[in-house]
Amino acid sequence: MNFDLRLPLGILFSIYGLILVATGATASPAMINQSLGINMNLCWGIFQLLFGATMLGLALRKK
Amino acid sequence: MPQSSINLGVVDYAILLVYFVFVLGIGFALKRTMKGSKDFFLSGQSIPAWVTGLAFLSANLGAQEVIGMAASGAKYGIMTSHFYWVGAIPAMVFLAIFMMPFYYGSKARSVPEYLKLRFDEKTRGFNAISFAAMTIFSSGISLHALAKLLETLVHWDYWTCIAVSALIVLVYIFLGGLTSAIYNEVLQFFMIVMGFAPLVYLGLRDVGGWSALKEKLIPVATSQGYAAGTWTHSWAQMGSPIENPMGIGWFGMVMGLGFVLSFGYWCTDFLVVQRAMAADSMSAARRTPLIAAVPKMLFPALVILPGMIAIALNHQTGGTLLPPAADGTPDYNMVIPTLLAKYLPTGLLGIGFTALMASFMSGMAGNVTAFNTVWTYDIYQSYIAPGKSDQHYLWMGRWATVVGILVSVGAAFLASQFNNIMDMLQLVFGFVNAPLFATFLLGMFWKRATGHGAFFGLLGGTLAAVIFHGMALTKGCVPGIKGGWLHPTFLYQSEMGQNFWMAIVAWTACFLLTIVISLATVRTKSDAELKGLVYSLTPKPESENEPWFKRPAIIGILVLLGAGALNIIFR
Repeated sequence: MNFDLRLPLGILFSIYGLILVATGATASPAMINQSLGINMNLCWGIFQLLFGATMLGLALRKK
Repeated sequence: MPQSSINLGVVDYAILLVYFVFVLGIGFALKRTMKGSKDFFLSGQSIPAWVTGLAFLSANLGAQEVIGMAASGAKYGIMTSHFYWVGAIPAMVFLAIFMMPFYYGSKARSVPEYLKLRFDEKTRGFNAISFAAMTIFSSGISLHALAKLLETLVHWDYWTCIAVSALIVLVYIFLGGLTSAIYNEVLQFFMIVMGFAPLVYLGLRDVGGWSALKEKLIPVATSQGYAAGTWTHSWAQMGSPIENPMGIGWFGMVMGLGFVLSFGYWCTDFLVVQRAMAADSMSAARRTPLIAAVPKMLFPALVILPGMIAIALNHQTGGTLLPPAADGTPDYNMVIPTLLAKYLPTGLLGIGFTALMASFMSGMAGNVTAFNTVWTYDIYQSYIAPGKSDQHYLWMGRWATVVGILVSVGAAFLASQFNNIMDMLQLVFGFVNAPLFATFLLGMFWKRATGHGAFFGLLGGTLAAVIFHGMALTKGCVPGIKGGWLHPTFLYQSEMGQNFWMAIVAWTACFLLTIVISLATVRTKSDAELKGLVYSLTPKPESENEPWFKRPAIIGILVLLGAGALNIIFR
C-alpha cells in the first residue's frame, strides 16, 4: 500500500512554516521594506504552518 | 539597473535542501511498493483522485508554463488566458467525460497501446516511436532551460546544475516509478502556489490594485500601436490579427488553439493521460482532469498576472525593471525571476526559488515516466523482447529511466551547443503532433475507421503540415526554418498564428484522409473486438449511484460554466 501523501505534505509545510516564522520574527527593517512594509515571512509562515498542521491532522486522523 | 540575479541567503539554501530531502525521501519510501511492472508504470492503479488530479495539472506545469506564461502575460496581456479558458479547460472536460472511459476501461496500459487495440500495430508503432523521441527531447530541453536560468540567476555552474537535477530525478523515479513522480508533482503544485501567491499579492499591491494596473497597462498598449484596453481584454481585440499583439484572429485561435492543439495535447498526450490512468477507479480516473481543471482555471492569476504587473512597472519606470534581451526589447522570460528578487525577502525567496526549481525538475520527471512506460511496453515488449516475465519488464523500466535521463542530458548538451537543432526538432514534433487528435476522435467515435485509414491519415496529416509550413511565412521572417521554403503563399502576422493555422490544416487533412481511406479499405476489427474501444459499442460507465459532486458530467458542466464566466468577465 502507498502511504498517505498528506503526511509528507504536512511535515514539509510545517517545517517551512516554522522556518519562515523564525525568519520573520528576526527580520531586519530592510527585509520588511523589501516586501512593501509588510512582514511577509511572518504572515505567510503562519499560513504555511496552519496548512501543514491541517494536512498532518487529516493524515493522522485516518489512522 | 535591472536586477537579473538573485542573492540566496542561508535560510533559502536550507529551504531548497529540505525540499531535496523530501523529494528523495518519497522515492525511498515508495521503493518497497514497486513489486511489478504495473506498480512502476501505472502506480498499480491505486492513487486517489485528488492526488492524480493535482499531478495531472503539475505534469504540465513545467518550465514552459511558469516562465513562458508569465512572459506571454507581459507580451500579450490577458489574451494569454486563451491558453487556459479556451484551450485547456474544454479539452480537459472532454477527456474526462468522453475519452477517459476508453483509456481506463480498455486493457491499454498506454496511449500508443490504445491505438494498437483500436487500430493496428503500425499506427501504434508510429505513435510510440515519435512520442518516445519527443518526450525525451522535451526532458532535455527542460534540463537545459533550468541550468541556463540558474547560471544567470545564481551563477551556479551549468554542468553542476544539470548533473545535480538529473541525478535527483533519476533517483526518485528509479526507486518509486510513476507513484514517486506523481507524489512529487503534488508537492510541486503546493510549492508553486505557496511561492507565487505572495509574489502576486505584493506585485499587485505595489502597482496599486487591479484598477490601477488596468490604468498602467494603457500606455503599454498604445505605445506599441494597439487600442488602449488591449492588455486587459481577452476578446475585444480578437476581430482581426492586426488588432492584437498575438497576431491572431478569433477563428484561428478558437479552432487552432482551442480545438486542434489543446484537444490534441490534453486528450492524447500520454504525459498527462498517464496520471489519470494511475487513478484507483474508473470514477477517479474520470474525475482526475476535472479536479485538475479547477486550479487550472485560476492559474492565470499566478502565472499570467505577474507578467502583466511586470510590464506595467517596467513601462512606468522607463524600462528599468526587466533586463533587456539581445534584440533590445525587455527580456520577458525574466519576469518571474525579476519579481522574485524584487519583492521576496530571504526566507520567502527560498520558497519561490525552490518552487521554480521544482517545476523544472518535475516537468522533466513527467517526461521521463511517460518515456520509460512507452519504451518498455510499446517498443521493448512489442518489438524487441516479447514474452518475458513481468519482473524483467520492471527491470527494463528502471534501466529505461537511467538511459532516458542520460539521453536527456545529451539533448541538453545539444541544445547548449546548437540552438538550431532544437528549433528543428520542435518543428518536426509540431508536424507529427498537429493531426493526432483527428485519429483519436475518429477512432473513438466512428467504428468504421480502419487501421490503414488511421495510419495513412496520420502520415497524410503530417505531410500536409510539412507542405503548409513550406508555403506559410510570418511577416518579416526570411524563408527557411521559419517556413516558406517552397513558396511563401500565406502570410501571417505572427509565428503563433502561423502555427495555429498549420495545426488546422494538418488536422483537417488527417480527418478527411482517414475517412476516405477507411471507407476504401476493409474493416479488420469486428464489433466484438472493438467493445470498450469505440463509443457506440461500449456500455456507458455507471455514475448514477454516486453523489452529484462525484459525477463527471455534473462537475464537467460546472467547470465549463466557470470557464465561460471568466471569459465573459475579462472579455
